[in-house]
Amino acid sequence: MTAPLLEVSEIHTAYGLSRVLFGVSIEVGAGECVCLLGRNGVGKSTTMRSIMGLTPPQAGRVAFKGVDITGWESYRVARAGIGFVPEDRRIFADLTVWENLDVAQRGGGWTTERVFDLFPTLRQLTGRNGGYLSGGEQQMLTIARTLMGNPELLLLDEPSEGLAPLVVDHLDEQIARLKAEGLTILLAEQNTEFSLRLADRVYVLEKGAIRFSGAAAALRDNEALRHELLAL
Amino acid sequence: MFLFLIAAGLSLIFGVLRVLNFAHGTFYMLGAYATYQLVQWMGVSGGRFWLTALGGALVVAALGGLIERFLFRRLYGKDELYQLLFTYALALILSDAAKMLWGTQQKSVSRPPELTGALHVFGAIIPHYNLFIILLGPAIALAFWVVLQRTRVGRYIRAAALDRETLGALGVNVDALYTWVFVLASFLGGLGGALISPMRATTPGMDTEVIVEAFVVVVIGGLGSFWGTFLGALIYGQVLSFGILFFPRFSIFAVFALMAAVLIVRPWGLLGRPLR
Repeated sequence: MTAPLLEVSEIHTAYGLSRVLFGVSIEVGAGECVCLLGRNGVGKSTTMRSIMGLTPPQAGRVAFKGVDITGWESYRVARAGIGFVPEDRRIFADLTVWENLDVAQRGGGWTTERVFDLFPTLRQLTGRNGGYLSGGEQQMLTIARTLMGNPELLLLDEPSEGLAPLVVDHLDEQIARLKAEGLTILLAEQNTEFSLRLADRVYVLEKGAIRFSGAAAALRDNEALRHELLAL
Repeated sequence: MFLFLIAAGLSLIFGVLRVLNFAHGTFYMLGAYATYQLVQWMGVSGGRFWLTALGGALVVAALGGLIERFLFRRLYGKDELYQLLFTYALALILSDAAKMLWGTQQKSVSRPPELTGALHVFGAIIPHYNLFIILLGPAIALAFWVVLQRTRVGRYIRAAALDRETLGALGVNVDALYTWVFVLASFLGGLGGALISPMRATTPGMDTEVIVEAFVVVVIGGLGSFWGTFLGALIYGQVLSFGILFFPRFSIFAVFALMAAVLIVRPWGLLGRPLR
């Protein structure tokens, strides 16, 4: 068996004195869509920030394509091929939509044209300042912006958060399309329905540790298990 | 107008790096001294003044780069008090170093021979060199604005001012970008000093004098706001000049009164924005 695209082994991460992750290990194979599930504050975002080098883990190892990237600065992680879509979107509010995309451009397969094909709404908004977009438009823009860096692995942190159900359905289609194009995706979600539609495999996080890992189908079909793990 | 060059650098460093650089006036002074030194070696004739002025600014820019990389870098995100103490200490050290190198005597640079004439306007005499400085200010302002708005580096700089971490996660080496921003700001400060050297004597106290003026300019215009800085510099110049004309004893007071008024009515400056 070939090595997974992303291999996170036993990472411990803390913000100052407050420890958040206690030995989290996950693997994501090339072309897979893997979902981190769990309630607010269990460490989903922290796991992503640890992978990205924004909050470097204190112990453990993160390897991407077999290379140890633990402790790398985030711009190097990004250049190595990991794209991060943060939970709070972090649009550059004073830059236009086009400028937001341009600063992320790294030269490669993704161009503004291709991004606009995926998110046609953005095409009409190129000259608009990022701060004036609606929540759904901002979410599209953050994903589009991250794609401009030509990632092989996309980290999506709660993309459905705070969006209207109709918008979420739309987003769902677009993420499915990215997956069909061969992009590897690690998704963090609280929205179980949304994520189980997309994911191949699932990890359930609880209090900074992995509580369950398995095929998404297992969780989808087993309501009792779903209740037990997520208490929804 | 040269004050705009200093204030623009100060405003740029604050806007992007979020550090108020008290040593910025010292860069301006060093620009003047470096130009003086180069003029001593090369003279001013045959267009060589322009080379020395550019050289002086480049020396300061290089020094700025070293200071950012090895010292300034540690200040980001720290308490303002530490930043102020550090940059103030840096100003003292650099100005003492300048005293050791060039002494406490006034140094003057002759005007470039191309611009020694003067123009008569409504009975007043304006030396060609001063006219050149007056025209250069807006030109540099415009060039600077074009770089910020229309180039990718400019977009990086604006994005970094808004959210450094996100820009880094998008694959931009923000550390290197910060160094270049600091170099650019030091260059502007040094250039201000270099170009002022034929108009005013270069003396050891000129750094603190100019930093206070630059502070007034950015406070009036709005710290971190580009056109605000430009406007602030214009207003400062007008108030000071007309103050000298009408109330010679109170001209400096008028400038500070204006600053106080701006602070009361719009604490974030005329074109600035309230901090979040």
